[in-house]
Amino acid sequence: MPDPVIVLIEDEPQIRRFLRATLTGQGYRLFEAGTGADGVMEVGSRQPDVVIVDLGLPDMDGLEVIRRIREWTAVPVIVLSARGQERDKVTALDGGADDYLSKPFSAGELLARIRVALRHTAGASHESDEATFKVGELRVDQLHRRVQVGEREIRLTPIEYKLLTTLVHHAGKVVTHQQLLREVWGPAHTEQAHYVRVYMAHLRHKLEGEPARPRYLLTEAGVGYRLTAE
Amino acid sequence: MPPDRPDPEALLARVKDEEARQRRGKLKIFFGAAAGVGKTYAMLEAGRDERADGRDVVVGYVETHQRAETDALLAGLEPLPPRSVEYGGTSLRELDLDGALARRPALILVDELAHTNAPGSRHAKRWQDVLELLDAGIDVYTTMNVQHVESLNDVIAKITGVVVRETVPDSVLEQADDVELIDLPPDDLLERFREGKVYVPDQAQEAIKNFFRKGNLIALRELALRRTADRVDAQMRVYRREHAIEKVWPVTERLLVCVNASPLSARLVRATKRMADRLDAPWIAAYVETPAQLRMPQEDKDRVVQTRRLAEQLGAETVTLSGRTMSEAILGFAHDRNVTKIVVGKPRRSLWQRMLLGSIVDALVRGSGDIDIEVISGEREDATPIAPVRRRAIPTEWAPYVWATAVVALASGVAWLTLPFFELANLVMVYLLGIVVVATHYGQGPSLLSSVLSVAALDFLFVPPVYTFAVSDVRYLFLFAVMLVVGLVTSSLAARIRTQADAASQRERRTAALYAMSRELASARGVEPLLAIAVRHISEVFRSPVVVLLPGAGGSLDAWSGGQFKLDANDLGVARWVHEHHQPAGLGTATLPGASALYLPLQAPRGPVGVLGVRPPDGHAFDAPDQLHQLETFSNQTALAIERAQLADEAQDAQVRIETERLRSSLLSSVSHDLRTPLATITGAASTILESGSQLDAQARQELLESVREEAERLNRLVQNLLEMTRLESGALQLHREWHPLEEVIGAALSRLGKKLSGRRVHTSVPSDLPLVPIDDVLVEQVLVNLLDNAIKYTPAESPIRIMATSTDEAVTVEIADHGPGLPRGEEDRIFEKFYRAQPDRGRGSGLGLAICQGIVKAHGGRIWAQNLPEGGVAFLFTLPRVGTPPAVPADA
Repeated sequence: MPDPVIVLIEDEPQIRRFLRATLTGQGYRLFEAGTGADGVMEVGSRQPDVVIVDLGLPDMDGLEVIRRIREWTAVPVIVLSARGQERDKVTALDGGADDYLSKPFSAGELLARIRVALRHTAGASHESDEATFKVGELRVDQLHRRVQVGEREIRLTPIEYKLLTTLVHHAGKVVTHQQLLREVWGPAHTEQAHYVRVYMAHLRHKLEGEPARPRYLLTEAGVGYRLTAE
Repeated sequence: MPPDRPDPEALLARVKDEEARQRRGKLKIFFGAAAGVGKTYAMLEAGRDERADGRDVVVGYVETHQRAETDALLAGLEPLPPRSVEYGGTSLRELDLDGALARRPALILVDELAHTNAPGSRHAKRWQDVLELLDAGIDVYTTMNVQHVESLNDVIAKITGVVVRETVPDSVLEQADDVELIDLPPDDLLERFREGKVYVPDQAQEAIKNFFRKGNLIALRELALRRTADRVDAQMRVYRREHAIEKVWPVTERLLVCVNASPLSARLVRATKRMADRLDAPWIAAYVETPAQLRMPQEDKDRVVQTRRLAEQLGAETVTLSGRTMSEAILGFAHDRNVTKIVVGKPRRSLWQRMLLGSIVDALVRGSGDIDIEVISGEREDATPIAPVRRRAIPTEWAPYVWATAVVALASGVAWLTLPFFELANLVMVYLLGIVVVATHYGQGPSLLSSVLSVAALDFLFVPPVYTFAVSDVRYLFLFAVMLVVGLVTSSLAARIRTQADAASQRERRTAALYAMSRELASARGVEPLLAIAVRHISEVFRSPVVVLLPGAGGSLDAWSGGQFKLDANDLGVARWVHEHHQPAGLGTATLPGASALYLPLQAPRGPVGVLGVRPPDGHAFDAPDQLHQLETFSNQTALAIERAQLADEAQDAQVRIETERLRSSLLSSVSHDLRTPLATITGAASTILESGSQLDAQARQELLESVREEAERLNRLVQNLLEMTRLESGALQLHREWHPLEEVIGAALSRLGKKLSGRRVHTSVPSDLPLVPIDDVLVEQVLVNLLDNAIKYTPAESPIRIMATSTDEAVTVEIADHGPGLPRGEEDRIFEKFYRAQPDRGRGSGLGLAICQGIVKAHGGRIWAQNLPEGGVAFLFTLPRVGTPPAVPADA
């Protein structure tokens, strides 16, 4: 498999320099763009495996960049933004981004996100075949609808199970409340975010050893949830 | 200091006076002895000269009486269209004041200063129009005859036999920057009059003919010359004072004129004004309120009011005194105020009245000590007749008379019973006792009746021959007479005491009301409550609805919402005028009397703060200066209180500004320090690696890089906190409340702190049935992170941290407790202040974390506090109120 291609759309030269060092050092082929318009062109011409977009671009809104990219490709998009802009992140995620990172972030965090994204692209064709999801003690066997923590068999209600499998499907990535509501309760219930929170609490009580200090089902305040993948 | 240097205070006053004069328009009066001397002509000529000098001259109002030479002068001068007023079926032409103000010429010519405006005009008199033009900075040329000078009014009436109704206050004349005397010898004037060159209104032909007699004209000319000379004299004095040519002695004279209901009082007032002018002395017009005044007919009361108004117009200070007798009240006041001269009218009581009751003049002279008493004749010929009715018919109450009769009957009974033991003379005492009882209880009338009845009963029942009114011994007649006189004296004394008490209680009530209002005003905070108090008190005391208008933004004047009547557009206009000109107007005043209410400026030391409107139900309540003064006292109190409130607000604003400034500088120093320290470390470490990277061993490199990362994180936290704080303080913080399980938010906070918590035991205790709370999860997570971060920073690395949530019906309480050293005593509250660090030496934080927590918790309607724990360590607690009903979540099988 050739080295994965990444397009980075970011206007700050210093951040580009740091990411160039980090990513090329990890064996990725990196193409950079300083503006949204250049970035959309790069994405079109380079056929990247992952796109990294900064939300604050000089020429156009990062959300607009994502919208344009999504017009023709399903390539994973990771959004960079500052803390305190949770609503922007949610909008970006609901608008087609796959994951986000809050500035400042460490190289490790970014590489983990990229790995998750690449795994999802790579697994897009055969992911559903791999019916058993494992992380730590948690095992989700979708073929037999069985959930285990260690040796313990966990009984879940239909909604809890649906919720868990949805997170498993996006394992490692953040999933917004909207996405969960749409996929679990259906498009008519996208306003009832508290449904998700209440059922998520049920799930934690059943799966986590210490529900107030979760290991698997992590909360990203103001954004959504993330099921640990590694 | 050399004695001939001008007093600096006086100089300052003069400079201020000059400045005010600079802004005001200049007034020039063309002054003459009589009609026809050529005032209008002279004024127009002067106007033309100004015009020729390039000034913007407008003719405001000129009456040419179709005289050709005057008409010719008008040509080439811009006329201001007159205002037409329909009155009594005829159309009157008046000066268009608003037009003139809108046109704003440099100079306006206005004829006939003494003219009375048509009803419905803004001001009653033209001189008021002129004053307003001057206030607006417009120069005015005007004309006036000597007979219209207020203080000369009576003298002229005496000389010419014509009473002039249209007068101009002396103050207007005194304000004039220039008075030009237009003089014409009487013979020339008579010549002109005979040639028909003097305008004579048709209806007054005869009167005018009488007026234009040589003797009259000489006298008038003399008056005009003398008035002008007085003015020149005054100017000379001012000049000398300004240039310190002569030492000006402090005021040594002060005059007091006593006025009463007599029609001659006006003459007294004018005479005193002239006397005061000659002496350059202040003067006071005093009116003594005696018990008898309360029973005065309305006409007399009105006359007192008019006289006092006249005195005020002529520049007097007016006071109302009260006392047992007139002379006592006047002398007491005169001594208090260092009056040097008391002016009184010649007594009008007849000789026997004076002998019997004494005269005021005699009493004054006796008690005056070193005060001069000037007695001025009260000639009767110009007196308007006093209405013969001295007392209005008061519906008689019969019950007191019945009681009086009953008391006499009782006294007779007692006397009858005691007759065997006492002599006849002693029985008289029983009756006298009865009379005294009646007098004190029922007043004058019943006690008179009881006196008469007592005499009759004594005669009938006890004086031989008994059971007849006949008297056998003449000595008894003397006894009756004495008894009757004693009874009469007792009854009049009793009545006087009663009325005096009534008068006193009326004053007492007002004083008490004023006191009550000022006391309440003093205890009120803020303008709104002040206004409510003032409106309530004023409307109670004056029994009228009251409104207040306050200046709003952009110079508007708006009715305060708590007013007691609605203002129409007309009233609003009057109120605006009052606010702009700082003078009362409306009902009962000479300005805009057509308004439905009286408006007073709320005048505070720093300037006007609003307008007070009062609408008396009968429409005449404030005609009396007493009432008006009383109302002014109340409005002054209100204005002062409003200004005090405004000052307090301003002081508070200033305090806030100072505090903000202090915070800002403290922020700057704190921030610059906190930013530089990590930057220094980062720069230092990075440059070391760059410059001598090859000589460093792996461990040293690792350490430098670690410190770069740590310091960068610290910087990030600081910037984050600063941003958060700014957001909180700028009010840009918007709560996105949603229903959250608190456990999840705690979990999010713990995972965000991640590896910082490694090695720490964290006990969380969140009941599984803890209800959902309506919170902004991002912000509450921030609170938890900050509190946990503090616990990590300030406690030993191994010590455990406890997180506990409990719930009541009102709120959910979250507690974060550590096992650290605890807080220094007394600092539990201060730690929530911005930039406050409990232990500055150990401080690595920005001093903002807890302030941010407090801001966020408060935004949620909760409370945050810290307490040291008995077992050691500190607990931070915050509440999150449970508002609303949590939404239902459908069950799932």
